[in-house]
This record gives sequence, structure tokens and C-alpha cells, in this order.
Amino acid sequence: MNRLPKWIVLLGALFFAGSAAAKETIKVGAILSVTGPAANLGGPEARTLQMLVDEANKKGGLSGHPIELLLKDSGGSPEKAISFAKKLIEEDKVFAIIGPSTSGETLKIKGIAEEGKTLLLSCAAAESIVKPVGKWVFKTPQNDSHAARKILEHIKKAGLTKIGLVSSNTGFGKAGKEQVEKLAKELGLEIVANEDYDKEATDLTAVATKLKAAGVQAFINWSIEPAQAIVLKNARQIGLDVPIYQSHGFGNIQYVKAAGPAAEGVIFPAGRLIVAESLPASHPQKSVLMKYKKDYEAQTKEDVSTFGGHAYDAFLMLGKVIEKAGVDREKAREALEGVQGLVGTAGIFNFSAQDHNGLQADAFEMLTVKQGKFVVLQEGAAKKDAPAKKK
Amino acid sequence: MTFALFLQYLVAGVTYGAIYAIVAIGFGIVYNATGIINFAQGEFVMLGGMFAVTLQAYVPLPVAVLLAVLIVMGVGALVEILFIRWLDRPTVLRMIVITIGLSIGMRELALLVWGEGVRSLPYFTGDAVTALSVGDVHVSPQVLWVLGTVGVIVAFLLFFFGQTRLGRQMRACAANRDAARLCGIDARGMVTLSFVLAAGIGALAGCVVSPITYVQYDSGTNLAIKGFTVAVLGGLGNSAAALGGGLILGVIESLSILVLPAAYKDVVAIAILLAILVFRPAGIFGNAATARLQEHA
Amino acid sequence: MSRSRYAPLAVFAALIVLVQLVTGAAGKSQYLTQLTMAGYYALPIVGLTLLMGYAGQISIGHAGFFAIGGYLSGFLTTYNLHELSGHWWVRAAAWLRLLSAGQDAFGSPSLVVRAWPACIAALLVIALVAYLIGKPVLRLKGHFLAMATLGFGTIVYRLVLGSSLMGAADGISDVPAFHLLPGLAISGKAAVRVSNYYIAWGLVLITVLLLGNLIHSRVGRALRAIHGAEEAATASGIDIQEAKLKMFVLSAVLAALGGVLLTHYNGGIGPSEASILKSVRMVAMVAIGGMANLWGALIMGALLNFLSMRGSFGSYDDAVFGGILVLIMLFSPQGLLRADLARRVLGAVMRRRKEPVT
Repeated sequence: MNRLPKWIVLLGALFFAGSAAAKETIKVGAILSVTGPAANLGGPEARTLQMLVDEANKKGGLSGHPIELLLKDSGGSPEKAISFAKKLIEEDKVFAIIGPSTSGETLKIKGIAEEGKTLLLSCAAAESIVKPVGKWVFKTPQNDSHAARKILEHIKKAGLTKIGLVSSNTGFGKAGKEQVEKLAKELGLEIVANEDYDKEATDLTAVATKLKAAGVQAFINWSIEPAQAIVLKNARQIGLDVPIYQSHGFGNIQYVKAAGPAAEGVIFPAGRLIVAESLPASHPQKSVLMKYKKDYEAQTKEDVSTFGGHAYDAFLMLGKVIEKAGVDREKAREALEGVQGLVGTAGIFNFSAQDHNGLQADAFEMLTVKQGKFVVLQEGAAKKDAPAKKK
Repeated sequence: MTFALFLQYLVAGVTYGAIYAIVAIGFGIVYNATGIINFAQGEFVMLGGMFAVTLQAYVPLPVAVLLAVLIVMGVGALVEILFIRWLDRPTVLRMIVITIGLSIGMRELALLVWGEGVRSLPYFTGDAVTALSVGDVHVSPQVLWVLGTVGVIVAFLLFFFGQTRLGRQMRACAANRDAARLCGIDARGMVTLSFVLAAGIGALAGCVVSPITYVQYDSGTNLAIKGFTVAVLGGLGNSAAALGGGLILGVIESLSILVLPAAYKDVVAIAILLAILVFRPAGIFGNAATARLQEHA
Repeated sequence: MSRSRYAPLAVFAALIVLVQLVTGAAGKSQYLTQLTMAGYYALPIVGLTLLMGYAGQISIGHAGFFAIGGYLSGFLTTYNLHELSGHWWVRAAAWLRLLSAGQDAFGSPSLVVRAWPACIAALLVIALVAYLIGKPVLRLKGHFLAMATLGFGTIVYRLVLGSSLMGAADGISDVPAFHLLPGLAISGKAAVRVSNYYIAWGLVLITVLLLGNLIHSRVGRALRAIHGAEEAATASGIDIQEAKLKMFVLSAVLAALGGVLLTHYNGGIGPSEASILKSVRMVAMVAIGGMANLWGALIMGALLNFLSMRGSFGSYDDAVFGGILVLIMLFSPQGLLRADLARRVLGAVMRRRKEPVT
């Protein structure tokens, strides 16, 4: 018989099929605060991630590897973050974890990620996440110190010396407060009023009054929660017409809407995502930002915010290392440290073994609010700050 | 500190206080009719704001507020009928736990429907920066709306419970349920009515307050605790006293930031609550003897 | 009588071992992580069952005690006293071998309190706080008591959230392992997963054993009498306030113990442990068990916490506990309040009174 036995044919077919078969699925974990006190961070982050994973999988995955997203809602609770991290790393053996949304949670699972040799791409802002550097821990948001420096240098350039500082009682607020206090001393600026306020406060006129009483020439409102809008309103209502500076936690148009006319003229540093349309076409970030904005707003029917962008950047980093190193964890980690010029929403990332954040002060653009929209701050307009008091 | 600044702190305190007072009044109504503290009162406030924000995209603002109030009144009736009505002389523990559970349930439903974002109604008059000024003291016109609303509510309740037949029937039920039934009063209906009334007032509060702050799926909880503090402070069940208690607490909270970091403002409020509960559960304006009777579970 | 009392304990112990063996055999040892966490959450449940079920006192603020315990122990074992090593009390503590020296994350010298003294200190503080709070508050009844405990829980939450010493919103991280005995440590590391599981649940068992003795003793019977009818209990000569207070302090210390050990197991703690929702969760689990039914509370509590910690309820975690609470309270309060039990005890107490008089 000249016919080959069936099983050899089958084996042969399988052999050839196998070499052209789909590459293995990569499991990616995500621990985000979709609900709870940090929901305004985790919600957009989760939606962004879901959108990106779906989009990638439609195209066959990242570098041909389908992505399986295991999204866990930690509700902002560190104990849940710890439990989920252990589960994702030890049981599901995920390739990487994106998140958590808050610094408190990230600090608690830093050690778990290190021990489990799993990449942790955090969406939280605290500098202590990457200082001291953990081999496997990276973060995507810009450093608070850069934001604080930009704000304080702007204040100094405007010739103002007595400033007020109000910050919310969250990790973000606390971290920013530390940075501002440190840098203000360095730049010779005097903080004459320094208050923490509750992120769930319903009215902050008393805090605004305290600022007015101290005679501040400008004040910084450092928060990432909606309550920062209340500060703006109350300050303008009681006639505190000094320049107001916000942190990059203001990067959500919802907050501008909540503050109404009180947000006019507010100055703050932020990633360029929220002014994407006004960027010149030659700007390296323009196409990435416009695409994210378009896709996100079409999908979720809500405005894009810089918070969701942090998850976007994390996914971008993931795609890059899979492209360079496949599914080998140690190689991927090394590859990430070598990534340069990665265009993300928060800026252009340049990683190294000592810098697991990859962003510098130029990731920030100074923005302001004009007629309820985010626009790039034009220097020279810096003097005309507060709106005329309306009667 | 100048006098003008002191007045400004007072104005701030009055703002908070009025907000708490409205929530407290809602607690009081249900408590009077049923002896229950409805922990879900804060959620009625939240729902009022949420519905109004959603509706005002389709109808003019006053209509949206009215509709929101009516809808939440319906919710209040639903809650009473589904969860409270058929309980036979429930113990206090049971009622507390059920209303806490309801509060959580409503909050999660709101999360499901509206998501976690924040929403505000537009200011009724003016906008976020308008302020009425007397000298160097400024107040947003919305605060006057809040105060006005509280005043109207208190006046309405005094009239309702004092002069109308329905109101007097409710008071009879609260005083002695069995006797009231013997007189032909529909005791069960009265309980439902009390929930409807409390829900409506809460919703109105939510609408009138939302421009000043904002409303979010979990904004009910914090308000409930403050509202309860004020209700107890003034004397549980007494609307006018709730207003007084609210103003007192609001001013104390506002002035407290002169000595304590603003982050501990809530601690002040709760410390006051604990002190009142321990030393004078009848509240400042309440009747000590009645309170001792009420204490008995 | 005593044999039937120890039987459930033995069954429970067997169950604990069985779960570990089965998960190990099935290659699912990782489940032990969440089960261990559930074990530490079971300690406050034991205390709360005693307080609510047997003594009939509501507490919707017990997570406050849990959190204070965890925070105090976490704080003491991470706060660097190196800068203060000149002070006499630091030197005294070092001489008493209460401190341990090492290096912090940046390599500079650190001096912190050892885990054992930190734990004991935390529990003592809790006992004091519970005593001071309990004395005035336990005289309240019904919803006033409930609100007072709610207020207490909220104050604790606000305090830890606002205090930068306690890490504010970030909480306390890098809490070291708790070395119970040489070779036995409470730590979250994967290598010691099994031993930690047994530590946690072994502790729960020991607690139940000790408390079982309490329940069946004279003090325990007195408590159940209180739960049934306070006036009658007073008439029988029981000092109500003292008994309630003792129970309150005991339940608080148990909750704090859970907090301390979980903090060391997790390596940190955040303000979320003090939230009212956590307190509500505890009440829910006690209610499920049947208020005075300890085993029911433990088993269901362990199951629910296990599922919650694995994220099985997704974003609707709190809704699940709230919903369970409502359903139980709506449909089966009879089984929860053990009216028959109270009546029997009361009957026995009344009978004893009659004899000497006639």
C-alpha cells in the first residue's frame, strides 16, 4: 500500500497547523477602585482598560497574543487589593497587574508583586511607589513634585509671596501637600494658611473664609476629588478674587462643570490629553491623544479625563514589552526599563533602571479654564486671573 | 478676627446647618409616626437630587424638581409597603438593621443606574459665583433658597400637624396606635403617609442643596449621620427644634476650623452627638420625661 | 452535658483540617489566603455574637475596635523611633527588650516596637477605650445605643482618615510579620500559608472554647437573662451594667485582636477597615448565624468573607451583605432573637427565687 497511514497524515497536519497556530493567551490582572471613595479614578480607568483590551483582541491581541483581562474592583480598600493581588499572582499567574488606582493600595501590594515577580503598572501617583525603586513596580502618573514645582514657579514669577494651601484628606492630597510645603520653602514662598478638607464636604465656605482672613495673594487647591469644585465656588462667592491654582487632579471636565463660572481662570498643570484638540498637528502626542479621546467618548458617552489616561498608558507599556520580549517575565521587565520615547497620554515615557516612572516636568502643560473649557495657558494672560466679581 | 469675618463664618455655619436640618426633619416625621429611625433618609435626599438632574435635561428646572419630589415620594411609599408595613411589632434592632440594609440597597441601585460620577443641578438663581453681599459678608443666593425651603417646610409641618385633620390623625397614631385605630383611624395608612412625607421633604432638600454641593450615589450616608445628630440635638421629632439644632451644629462646625484642622470637622459633629446621647438624649429643646419613655426599646 | 458541649468544637476543628487537606490535594492551597483573612475577621464576629446575641446589646461600630487594634499595632511596629533614641523612655523600652532595630526601605537605621509588645499594648488600649466608652453608652437603649455605636465607629474612621501620623488615606504599610514563637510567624508570605491558616483558625477555636466556658458559667447565664428581660434580671440580683460592660469590653478586645493579627498578616491596614460598612458586615454575619448561634455565624461568616475577599461579589459587595441583612431581618427574626431560650432561662431563674421565700 502506498497510502500513508491516517495517523501519520494527521500528525503531519497537526505539526504544520501548530506552527501557524495562535500564540498563547496572556492573562492580565487589573485591580482598580471602580466603586468606593476613589471611584472617580477607578471608573474611567476600568472603562479605558476594557475598551483597549476589546480593541486589541479584535485585532488578534497584543503582538498576536490574545489578552484575557481579569478586572477586580477593590473599592479603594487595601485589604481587598492585597487579597486580589495574591490571587492574581499566585492562582491566576497573571503576566502583569495594572493598577491599583490609589497610592495606599499600591504601597501595600508592592512587596507582593516583587515577591511574585510580576509586573505592577500602577495608576497611582505617590512618589514613594517608585522611590525606592522596586524591580517590578512601575507607575504611570506624573510625579507630584513636578506639578508642584510648575505651580510654585509660576506663582513666584507672578511676584506673589504669600500663598494659601488647601488639600483634600486623601492620599493624593496628602502627597501633594508634602511636595508643595517642601518646595515652597525652597523657593522662598510663605504658606500663610494651610488646611485639609474632607473630600465629602458639602460646603467649604469656612475654609475659604480662613484663606481670606489670612490674606493670601494666591492659593493652591490640591485634590483629585469632586469636592475641589466646592472650594472654587465658595472662594469666589465670598469675594476671594486671588489667582487660584489647582493640581493635576483637576483634569476632569466634570469638575469644571460642577464649579461653573468659578472655574474660570483657574491655572493648573496637566497632561495634554484634555487639550488634545488645540495641540498643533506636529505635536508627537497629538494622534495618540485624539484617538483615545475619540474612542473613549464614543464608547462611554462621557468626557475623557486624565485619570483614565493612566490606565491607557499602562496598557501601552504592556503592549510595548510584549512586543519586545514576548511572555518571558524577566525579559519583559528588563525591556520595560529600556523603553524610550513611548508616546502616552500623560506624556512621553523614558524609562531606566532607576526611573520607573519615565516622565519629567515637561509632561505637564500649564492649562487654564476659559468659558468652561480646558485651554493651554497663554503666558501674558497670566496676570488677568480672577473673573470680575458678579453682583 | 474682624466682625465681618466672624459673620462670614456664621453664614458658612448657617449653610451647613440648614442642609442638616432638612434631613433631620425627615427623620423626625418617620420617628413620630412609627418610633423608627429610618437610616435610609439620606438616600431620599440623594435620590431627589439624582432624579432632578436627570429630568432637567428634558423639562424646565421647576418641573424637574417637582417631578423628582413626586417620584421619590413614590419610592418612599414603596419602601414602606414592601419592607415595613407587614412587620408585626418589630423590635428596634430589627428596624434599625432593615433600614440600614435599605440604605445600602438604594445606594447600590443608584450606583447601577447613574454610575459613580457627580452631578449638580444648576443654581436656581444666579450661578456659582454670584453672591449677595452686605459689606464684606457674602452669601450665595442658593443658601437663601435652602433657608427659605427649610422655613416653608417647617411652617407647612406645623400647620399640617396642628390644623389639618390628617395631621392630627397622624399625631394620634403616634401617641397611641391602638386607641387611634379604635377611633377609626387607618393606622397603617398613616405610617405610609409619614414615609411619603419624609421622602418628599428629603427629595426637596436634595434638589435645593445640590447646586451648592453636588450629588453622588453615596452622598446619602454622610448626610444621614449629620442629619441624625441634628435631630437628636434638637429633640427627636420636633421640626422647629431640628432647625434650631441644625443651625447650632452648623455654626459650631464652622467655627471649629479656627481651632482644629478642617479634616476633623466631622469628629466635632459626632462628638456632640455622643455627648447629647449620653447626657441629654431628649435634646436641647426636647422634653426629658418623654425621652426617657422613648428610650425604652 | 459537657461532652455535647465539646462535640461541636471537635467537629469544627475537623472541618478546619479537612478544608486544608482538600484544598491542598486539589492544588488550590491559595484559597487558604482568603480563608485565613476570613479567620481573622471571625474573631470580631465571635465577640459580637456574644454581645448582640447573648447580652442583646446592639453595636454598629465594632469595626472601629478592629481598626484601632490594627492601626495601633501597625503604627507601633513601623514608626521609626531612631530619631528619638535619646529619650529616656525609648532607652527604657530598648532595655526591656521591647524594641527591635533594623533598616528602613532606604537603608537608614530604624527602631521600632516588637510585635508582641505592640499587640499587647494595642489590646490594653482597646480595653481601656471600650471601658470608657461603654460605661456611659451602654446605659442607652434601642436606637440611641445603635446611633451611639454608629457614631463611635464613624469617629474612629474620621480620626484614622484625618491623622497624618496614621498615614491618613494611605494607611500604614510595610507592617512586619508577627513572630509568635520561634519558627512560627504570622506573615502573608506564600511559603507559610498553611501554618498561618492553622494559626488563624486555631485561634478562633481557642477563643470559642474559652468563651464557651464563659457562656455556660454563672456570668453567662446572667447575660442571657439580661437579654431576655432586663427588669427580671435586675430583680434576680444581677448587676446589669457591670455584666453588659464586661461583655462590651470583651467583644471589643476580640475585635481588636482580629485587627492586630490581620494587619500583620496583610502587612498593612487602611481606613477602609474602620468604615461603617465593615461594621454592618459584621452585624450581618452575626444575624445570619442566628444572633445567638455562634457556629452558624462562624461558618456563614467565613464563607461570605472568603467570597468577598476573592471578589466574587464584584462591585456589589456591600449590597450583598446589606441585602442578606434585610432579608434575614424581614423573614426570620424569630430564630434570631431566641425568645424561647430567654424564656427558659428566665423561668429557671424565677424558680430559684421562689424557693427560699416560701
